[in-house]
Parts: sequence; structure tokens; C-alpha cells
Amino acid sequence: MAQAGTQVTSELLNAHEAEVLQQWLQQLKDDGALHSGRIREGELQTQCSQFLRLLREALNAGAQDVDAPAFGPVRELLADISVSRATQGFSPRETTLFIFSLKQPLFDVFGRHAGIDQAATLAANWSIGLLLDRLGLHTMEAYQRTREELIVRQQQEIAELSTPVIKLWDGILALPLIGTLDSQRTQVVMENLLESIVQQSAGIAIIDITGVPTVDTLTAQHLLKTVAAARLMGADCIISGIRPQIAQTMVHLGVELDVVSKATLADAFALALSRQGRAVMRRRVDAVPSGYAPQA
Amino acid sequence: MSDILEIRSSEDVVRVRQRVRAVAVEAGLSLVDQTKIVTAASELARNTLDYGGGGTVRIDLVAGPRRGVRLQFEDQGPGIADIAAALRDGFTTGGGLGLGLGGAKRLSSEFAIDSTPGQGTRVTIARFK
Amino acid sequence: MDRIPILKLGDVLLVTIQVDMHDELASALEEDLTQRIVAVGARGVLIDISALEIVDSFMGRMLDNIAAVSRILDADTVVVGMRPAVAITLVELGLSLHGVKTALDVDKGLALIAGSARHAWRNTIVADDEDGAYGE
Repeated sequence: MAQAGTQVTSELLNAHEAEVLQQWLQQLKDDGALHSGRIREGELQTQCSQFLRLLREALNAGAQDVDAPAFGPVRELLADISVSRATQGFSPRETTLFIFSLKQPLFDVFGRHAGIDQAATLAANWSIGLLLDRLGLHTMEAYQRTREELIVRQQQEIAELSTPVIKLWDGILALPLIGTLDSQRTQVVMENLLESIVQQSAGIAIIDITGVPTVDTLTAQHLLKTVAAARLMGADCIISGIRPQIAQTMVHLGVELDVVSKATLADAFALALSRQGRAVMRRRVDAVPSGYAPQA
Repeated sequence: MSDILEIRSSEDVVRVRQRVRAVAVEAGLSLVDQTKIVTAASELARNTLDYGGGGTVRIDLVAGPRRGVRLQFEDQGPGIADIAAALRDGFTTGGGLGLGLGGAKRLSSEFAIDSTPGQGTRVTIARFK
Repeated sequence: MDRIPILKLGDVLLVTIQVDMHDELASALEEDLTQRIVAVGARGVLIDISALEIVDSFMGRMLDNIAAVSRILDADTVVVGMRPAVAITLVELGLSLHGVKTALDVDKGLALIAGSARHAWRNTIVADDEDGAYGE
């Protein structure tokens, strides 16, 4: 039954492709495919006619299953269209509409040219409907995948941007953390810090968590792993910027930070300097302690 | 693409490390992920040699949507009677650090173990991008 | 079988591991080091692993053993040059290497050994009181 349906579809499409194309384009325009201005009519027309051609070729080859090799080019084209729609910021609805809006034109055109054989036309419509549903799903999946990859890439970029490693002094680095620490981000943060420790030959790294809103057991674990790795390499860490609420939460959760912690980055810096045997000294007694003194 | 390597000597363990590294690089794994899977492979290869009486490892490059490396270690040794215990850190019957199985599991994206006392052991691990 | 060379820098032994060691080679190194520490009366052992891409639990145990033995023989063991990827992996693996001191490079490692409190007694000068400067 299905085979016969595909056969009829194939024949009808062969005979009336141009008509289908025109009506499909009209349907798309009516559905607002060009409203956003993200795609121009010429481009849309090219995509539609390419799709119809490949669909026709696949059906002519006798394939009925959307996963068959003969449908390869069709799936590829749809994947490409999906990916470009996704990257350009089209909504999922707008993207899948490309496929689903083909149903009505096909139905209409087939109905006009069916002739006497109603049963065959019905079969043809049903089978093409099923086919388009499956292709629609493929389109959706490709779209989803692209969006997910985009999100992952953006997360990576955010992680890298928001974790600069700063050299405070010879051998002392500071890592001001901003935002939540999920495991993906912690990986990036950890690697950046450890690489910097090697490159700057820094024996002390101050991890400041003033900008971290919550420290739960998982976040604490991530921090501890970073500290442990730094120690294995021969550097030590100081944690700074623990707010009172965070300290309380940690106690309640039973989180134990096996690393020296200071309330402020300034305190941590002072400690780091003293560990290195360094001190900050005032050179001139008559120096203006604060404020602005214009040069004479 | 599948490689099958024999594990009969400590030089073989080194060979396994090097081959896994090469495949991990080909799969496009980050340096840290490469290091993790090679280290896990080293642990399991040593287990196969020291406790399994020697065996083989099958190394596969996983192409799919998620690229990665899959390793399957197999031996016809005495097998592991208590797998849960074997996975616990510090558990060792041979004077090692007892981190081999549990450690390999922690370093992998996927871990599966199949062992029957008297018949042998099969451990499969994978690391994905 | 090739063995890993051990260099002597004063009273510190320096080992640079540059090959992917198989287990027997690692065990041989452990033996050799133990003997040399005693033979030389070393105050420190510096193990440079900056060329190592992998440190697994066998290697970790070797480092722990060397540190333990040297401690008994009154010497410090310092491991230097661990790569970030290796450090991250070791933490995940669960290898703490608690008995082993670490430093970022050979210079810092040597400084660590030199400044170690363990060896303060070596700064005592022992000499004959030939001209009676210190009395009878």
C-alpha cells in the first residue's frame, strides 16, 4: 500500500513540480516566513526548489523510508537549512514550518490532478504526509543539536572570559571568581590557573570567591580539587572573600575547607607576602598618606 | 577502526599507553581528557597483567555524535569475587595502592565491569569529548 | 636494561625522568636511589618529572616509597615540574602523595631542600680546638 502511495506521489511530483513549488512558496509567505527579514525571498526560493528536486529524486529511486540511503541528500539539505536557521536565530517553529508548510500545497496540487483514482490519491497524500512528518522530525533534531552546541560554546567562552588570572606580585597570583561554579566551568578555571602557575612560576595562588553567590558541597569540592592539584605541582593556595553567609552555610553543610582562608583579598595578599619573607615598607615619613598633592 | 593489543609484559603496558594516547589525540580529546584516559588505561592494563595473568585490550575510536575513545580490557584470570569491594579505594590484594579500578572509573565518562570468579574479567571504559 | 641515571649535586641526588617508564624500570630506579642515598649521605633527592605526561598509581607508589625511605635515611624528597594535566588527573585518581614534597622547578626544589629544618644540624661546625681558643 505504502509503495503504491510513494509511486503515485513520485509521478505526481514529477509532473507538477513547478506548481507545487509556487504554491509552497506562497504558503510560506502567508505563514510569515519572510517577515523577520532574516531570509530573503530569492534564498528561500532556492532552498525550496532544491528540496523539491532532491525529494523527487529520492522518491524516483523508489525509496520509501526517510532513513534510506536514497534520502541522504534530502536529509543533508534539511540539516544544512536547520543549522543555518538555528545559527541565525530563527525560532524552532519557523524552522520546522519549512517542511510542514509543504503538506497543504501537495494536497491541493494532487487533488487537482488526481483524476478518477481517488484511492490512489488518498494513499499518495497519506504516504507523503508521513514522509514529511519524519523529515520534520529530522529538521527539529538538527536544529536542537545546533542550539545545544551554541550554548556549550557560549558557556566555554563565558568561563574563559570571567576567570582572568592576575599577577599580584612576583610569585603571587590572584584568581577572582565571579558567578556560579559548575563542573564544566571549574574545569576551565582550574586549567587556566594551573597553567598560569607554571608559566609565571608562581608559588602562591589566591582564589577570591567574593563574586561567588553560593558555595555548596559540590562547589567546595571543586575548589578543593583545584587546591589539591596546585599543591601537587608545588604551589599553595589561599582562599579569600568568604562572606559571613557563605561561612555559615559551609558550617551547616559540614563542608571543611582544608586550606587557609582569609576574609579579604588584601589579607590574603599580606599573608602571601609574609610567607615569601617580604614586607611592605613606608619609605618617606613625610609622604602624603592619602589624597592628592599637586606637584610643585 | 579497532586495535587489539596483547598485554603480557610491562613493556606491553607502555605500548598500550602510547597507543591509547595516539587514538585519544585523533579523537580530538583535550589534553586533560587525554591524560585521564591514558592514566585509566595504564591502571587497567596493569591490573590485567598483574591480576589477570595477562590479556588483551581493544581500542576503539568512537566516531558518533560524541567523539571519544573506548577501551575493553579482557583476561581469563581468576576473576573478581567482590566487585563492590574492588571498586573501593584502598582495596588491594597485591600490595598496591588499591586505586586502580575505582580510579579508572573516576577518570572515565563510562565504566562497565563484568567478572566471574574462575573465568575472567572484562572492563570497558570510555572517555568522550 | 637501561637504568635511569642519578646525578649527584653536592649532597643532593637529582633524577630526571624523561622516558615513559615500564614498571620494572621504575622499581629499578627505586632500588638505585635507595642505595645512592645511603652511599652518598644525601640530604635531598630531587625528582624532575617535567617530561612526564602520565603519572599513574604505580609511579605514585614509587614516589611515595622513595620519600618514605629517604625520610628514614634523613633526606628530603622533592618532586618537581609536575604538569597541570597530570596534577588534575592525580587528584581525580585519588593519589594524594602526602609524604612527598613538591616544587615548581629544580631551583625551587633545591631551595626547599637547602632550607629544610631537618638539616639545621649540618650547619654546626665541628673543628679541633688547636690553638686553645675555646679554653681547656
